[in-house]
Amino acid sequence: MDGAERRVGERYLLERREFPAFLAALSASGYRVVGPTLRDGAIVYGEIRTESDLPIGWTDRQEAGTYRVVPRGDGALFGYAVGPHSWKKYLFPSRERLWSARAKEGSAGGFEVEPEPAGADPPLAFLGVRACELAAIAIQDRAFTMANDVAYLRRRERILRVAVQCGVAGGTCFCVSMGTGPAAAGGFDLALTELIAPEHHRFLIEVGSPAGAKVLTGVPLAAAPADSAREAEEVVARTARSMGRSMRVEGIRDLLVQNPEHPRWNDVARRCLACTNCTMACPTCFCQTSEEVPELAGGRVERWRRWDSCFTTGFSELHGTAIRKSHLGRYRQWMTHKLATWYDQFGSSGCVGCGRCITWCPVGIDLTVEVEAIRSSPGVRPSEPSPP
Amino acid sequence: MAAPSRPRLGVFKFASCDGCQLTLLDCEEELLPIADRVEIADFREASSAVLGGPFDLALVEGSVTTPADRERIHRIRAESRVLVTIGACATSGGIQALRNFADVEEYRRVVYAHPEYVSTLATSTGIAEHVPVDFELRGCPINKRQLLEVITAFLSGRAPDVPTESVCLECKRRGTVCVLVAHGTPCLGPVTQAGCGALCPAYDRGCYGCFGPQDTPNLPSLSHRLLEIGLEPPTLTRFYRSFNGNAPAFRAAAEDVAGAPGGGTG
Ligand code: SF4
Ligand code: SF4
Ligand code: SF4
Repeated sequence: MDGAERRVGERYLLERREFPAFLAALSASGYRVVGPTLRDGAIVYGEIRTESDLPIGWTDRQEAGTYRVVPRGDGALFGYAVGPHSWKKYLFPSRERLWSARAKEGSAGGFEVEPEPAGADPPLAFLGVRACELAAIAIQDRAFTMANDVAYLRRRERILRVAVQCGVAGGTCFCVSMGTGPAAAGGFDLALTELIAPEHHRFLIEVGSPAGAKVLTGVPLAAAPADSAREAEEVVARTARSMGRSMRVEGIRDLLVQNPEHPRWNDVARRCLACTNCTMACPTCFCQTSEEVPELAGGRVERWRRWDSCFTTGFSELHGTAIRKSHLGRYRQWMTHKLATWYDQFGSSGCVGCGRCITWCPVGIDLTVEVEAIRSSPGVRPSEPSPP
Repeated sequence: MAAPSRPRLGVFKFASCDGCQLTLLDCEEELLPIADRVEIADFREASSAVLGGPFDLALVEGSVTTPADRERIHRIRAESRVLVTIGACATSGGIQALRNFADVEEYRRVVYAHPEYVSTLATSTGIAEHVPVDFELRGCPINKRQLLEVITAFLSGRAPDVPTESVCLECKRRGTVCVLVAHGTPCLGPVTQAGCGALCPAYDRGCYGCFGPQDTPNLPSLSHRLLEIGLEPPTLTRFYRSFNGNAPAFRAAAEDVAGAPGGGTG
């Protein structure tokens, strides 16, 4: 089948030993490949130059507030769940210059805005996007499109999404509850399922778009027999059965909106550090603040933006005073927005069930547990009104 | 018409290691534009030419540890329009505030051959405990970028952009893997103010709290977690009692841990 044209919607088989050819095809198509790599004891996203940059033979153990990488007995390339990074670090960088301005010469005064030029970087191929992450990208697409965020949209257009169907569920995953995974049903250019059997290590590749089909031209592939498609379905079905967490979402919007005075908020506020790790790690959180960086000599200023979080005091400052001073107010704002009022604003939940906020919370606060606590005694009110 | 006079800058040292003043000298390429825009009227670390007050901007490094310094800070305050403290010593008393938890009299008798020559106070305290301070720039040492921001803000008459949020934001913005969650390394980042750029976690260390407490720190919760992952109470007490051990939030946390059963004072 070499050199043959690949068709959207078709499935093909790639032998494990041909994986380097697949990587080479991505580069040859002009993409800079970024994907999972082992660094500092975690699987993060970074440059993938050769297959040895992938965490081959590693997996992760995740619990609330704890993450460890451990070897797994086989040579799986994608045998782990999501780590501390998400693709937003590429689409919505943590710090970015938006424009600069220069004071005009002469007595008239005023200033001239210099827009940020479009970067000349090569387009990125995201290798190993999980189903929940495709859903998260779609959520951020909606938010940044509504805001007509030129910088985001410009980068977003140039991404090739190479999905990987999850072969293991993390200890804090609950995508099944959120209806976002573990199977990636669409929204990708290519989707890989890693098939590992004692005698065989292969990938089933599904083509999701013409751009994906183009990459595969020239990659040594075989037609996928029906039993390999069934094998691939079994991989995600097994993952779905081993979710680390679950969350009951029926009626969740009203549940949270109607319980702002629930005593459970006090309880979580005692534990919450207001450290922002949950929001920084969350693949859908998009909050930001801007800073002006003036030249010391005057005359020129740059406007930058940086990730911000509803857990900081500064975030809710209006006219010089914070309106959400308490940890209670901040945690409630975050969770109620993410799981409830997001529906009103964007037509979906703001949560895709990836579990990052649970794993990467230093004190292991778990939103699935918090929701359940409120659900188990809704309508309970404390004697005192809660602080802002 | 005479050229408008430049604002006059004074840089003063109290009990300190000079590291924060060195941060200013370390500004190298920015130093000339600064010298262009201000008149350096008193900066003994940099120049022996001392022009004297009054000062439009006074940068004060170090803590108050002697009766003489307790007087001197009032004179500087009286001569300064804006007084900005720089560093952990000037903000919370610095590492030398460890004396606040010990018997200084005993140290003086045991350590010095002629204790009668040593004139010292029983405590090391931040500048704001003695005179009103317009802005406290945190850090041990301070961060160069933040110092430039404070000076530029002063020169253009606006508030400096110096976030009082946690170190964790800087960690996550630079993509560092959390050492507390992924390695079980004790880290003070969640209760510490940002500013260093999350330096230590980027080099596989927990945060030491150099920038003092963030604006809304939750010490009891972090203490609970650090004890849970196996830190011994005396070690945790010492962890809180370092560069900013005298900052009220850290001081209270150390006392809580030390006072609890099995705490000990370390
Ligand atoms: S709220 Fe938590 S579980 Fe949901 S998408 Fe964000 S990080 Fe993932
Ligand atoms: S919920 Fe956890 S991660 Fe989020 S701000 Fe609170 S302590 Fe930090
Ligand atoms: S390493 Fe420390 S400072 Fe960084 S995110 Fe973790 S707890 Fe926060």
